[in-house]
Amino acid sequence: MDIPLASTSRIEKKPELVEALKKVLPASSILEDKAETLAYECDALTAYRCPPMLVVLPETTAQVSEVLKLCHKMNIPVIPRGSGTSLAGGAMPSADSVVLGVSKMNSVLETDYRNRFIRVQSGLTNIGVTNAVEDNGYFYAPDPSSQLACAIAGNIGMNSGGAHCLKYGVTSNNLLGVKLVTMDGQILEIGGAAFDSNGLDLLSVVCGSEGQLGVVTEATLRILHKPEGALPVLIGFNSNEIAGQCVSNIIKAGILPVAIEFMDRPCIEATETFSCAGYPDCEALLIVEVEGSLDEIDEQIDKIMVIAKSLDPTDLRRAKDEEQANRIWLGRKSAFGAMGQIADYMCLDGTIPVNKLPYVLKCIGEMSKTYGLSVANVFHAGDGNMHPLILYDANKPGELTKCEEFGAEILRLCVEVGGCLTGEHGVGIEKRELMDYQFTADDIDAQLRIKDVFDSKWLLNPLKVFPLHHTEARRMAFNC
Amino acid sequence: MFFPSSEIEVVAILSEAKEPLSVAGGNTRVLAPSGSKIISTSKLSGVIDYEPGALTMIAKAGTPLSEIQKTLNSEGQCLAFDPYNWSRFINKKGSSTIGGVFAANVSGSSRLRVGAARDFLLGIRLVDGLGNIIQNGGRVMKNVTGYDLVKLFAGSWGTLGILTEVSFKVLPKPETEATIVIHGLNDQLALDAMIDATATPFDVSGLAHFPKQKETMIRVEGFENSVKYRVERLMEIFKQYREINTLDADKSMQVWRNISLLSSLKSNNDDLWRLSVKPTESTQIVQKTKFNDYFYDWGGGLIWGLASPNQDVREHVPAGYGHGTCLQTKSERIPMFHPYDGTISGIKEGIRKSFDPKQILNQYLVI
Repeated sequence: MDIPLASTSRIEKKPELVEALKKVLPASSILEDKAETLAYECDALTAYRCPPMLVVLPETTAQVSEVLKLCHKMNIPVIPRGSGTSLAGGAMPSADSVVLGVSKMNSVLETDYRNRFIRVQSGLTNIGVTNAVEDNGYFYAPDPSSQLACAIAGNIGMNSGGAHCLKYGVTSNNLLGVKLVTMDGQILEIGGAAFDSNGLDLLSVVCGSEGQLGVVTEATLRILHKPEGALPVLIGFNSNEIAGQCVSNIIKAGILPVAIEFMDRPCIEATETFSCAGYPDCEALLIVEVEGSLDEIDEQIDKIMVIAKSLDPTDLRRAKDEEQANRIWLGRKSAFGAMGQIADYMCLDGTIPVNKLPYVLKCIGEMSKTYGLSVANVFHAGDGNMHPLILYDANKPGELTKCEEFGAEILRLCVEVGGCLTGEHGVGIEKRELMDYQFTADDIDAQLRIKDVFDSKWLLNPLKVFPLHHTEARRMAFNC
Repeated sequence: MFFPSSEIEVVAILSEAKEPLSVAGGNTRVLAPSGSKIISTSKLSGVIDYEPGALTMIAKAGTPLSEIQKTLNSEGQCLAFDPYNWSRFINKKGSSTIGGVFAANVSGSSRLRVGAARDFLLGIRLVDGLGNIIQNGGRVMKNVTGYDLVKLFAGSWGTLGILTEVSFKVLPKPETEATIVIHGLNDQLALDAMIDATATPFDVSGLAHFPKQKETMIRVEGFENSVKYRVERLMEIFKQYREINTLDADKSMQVWRNISLLSSLKSNNDDLWRLSVKPTESTQIVQKTKFNDYFYDWGGGLIWGLASPNQDVREHVPAGYGHGTCLQTKSERIPMFHPYDGTISGIKEGIRKSFDPKQILNQYLVI
């Protein structure tokens, strides 16, 4: 990973910056001591870390605006941060930057059931949104695995998904509006309670821009009425190909499950040892969950059973109640923890067209032999969002580099078969240099020009998303 | 007029262009001002790839919507957002294109449940105002690689570039559908009923109200038993209304097809308005607009109305409650799009200039 040298002239401005910040922020919102900023040196991509110049934790949108105005004036880069759960290094600081965390802004501002939205401060956790409305029978649909910890700010930054987006879509499909503070401190209201945007859809480009266009301090989110119930069915197959075929047949049959999860043999074995969920001994396993009343669920599962049976499954288990459902989900939900017990792992999240699943899994198997590193596959099969986990030993010299090369090869394959580098984690620093595989220079330039409009000095999260050689001139223009 | 038949020809035209150009698809959503020089996508036509098992299609932007729908129909699939068609008010000879549907982000009644056209658009190829070919997104459902220019282009009305290819998500057609009709409600009571329908787990896929006929429509779609079940449950919820009946699949389809064509609104000299508003405010807004005729869709979130010429009804949509678009007017005084505040306008103009620095594309639209 190429990390550019920090600007010493920026670092020298630290005392001046701290003095100015003290005038606009309470003392408790400024962390400048190494011990205090330690937790902000990295996010969930822990292989890379760097102490920031300082950390600020504003309490209001007005304070965010003041901080940004100051940094804008002094040409200091700002790294917006939600809860720091990014798997792509989206919140990793540089030594000459200020981390701006929104964690103190975590209130619910308005719940409106009649118009089906909730307005929250962006530091609220994802689960906090559903918690605020579930007593009234509502929920917020996007549910990334990190939902207990991850903040709405980060969900918007990365356009996060989750297990249930096959039916409900990702963050951008459930986001109605934001309050956005641009790098020069302007506070913009984009979108709101109406269904559609007015004219050019700025909201869509802010969502998924990885904190490079502005700092989101408030969000208006769609809430939905909970279904009457949901139950899964578990299907085991003797080959990845047939499991892939089953996914495709289910979708084609007009059934819209809320989730179709896929696990391959290495993953099944690891989670079985870890969680004793009682999974079958098979090559590939699908968990398909459908929603509705008990009768509606039955109707859909009947259809799924017919499709599955025609493909000669090794195992077919239908959950009749919540307890059986929990057993089916147990292994899947502990998959990442199980892999963590065995080894260090790198989690990829390239997406591929669903019909390319068997081919891609076969290629990954072959690469695994070439690199001498094991891979376990667990992913959202319904939308083709893969999560190959490459296992390695961080204590063995050179193994991380080998693992990264392997990962890059898998992601290149995803792009080759018509997919993309990242389906829900974001590019961050992790996949930055791979962007040239998916995009031409003109494709990237079109995106850079959007950033020019929002952040002409290139101070917001500047080292992320784009290959450094594309952004160097822009970043250096105000590097003083 | 230009009729490029390949992307390369679009590149050639735009890289050399010095004069303003109006971008035309099927001429059904908006008409370029008379006398303007037009570049049409009508010869960029054809389905490039269709994978029913992956629920995705890729087509050239000028492909007629009817051709797309026919192809999908043969596999039992559809464009789930079921776009509105207001060509009756614009140009009866036009024929919508798939690129035009996405460029104008046109969504129909199902938008309530499944999302807007923009939510189904997965990838685009386009030529910007300088003649650069740009690709964004792809053909997979989940994609957060780089900025989302796909949704930015959905609803950009040809002001940022010319779409040459679109890749989008399709869905299986529902097995069946039914519509509950409540008769005799005034606007406010109808709004309350529609909101009550959204506050259920019954996955309502259409909520419209016709004030003249005093008919409130509630649609559910899906597998047969499930539709039957949900209709029964909803009928229980609405049992306090004495005049209520259910339309079977055929009649239900006809009703919603007529809605998608704005059939209840008579085409005359009135201006055609589309207001996207906070649902609970819709009746209040309508009261002030003095529409000659109107109806609600999206459970109150969408109002279609006819107003006498030269009245900007947007003055009755308070800031933060939504926005209005004037889709047909003979008056030059009424801009098509809702004005917005200064800072946002700076960003929008900046984006527009970044894609079209020569300022030649659809200059007549202030979006």
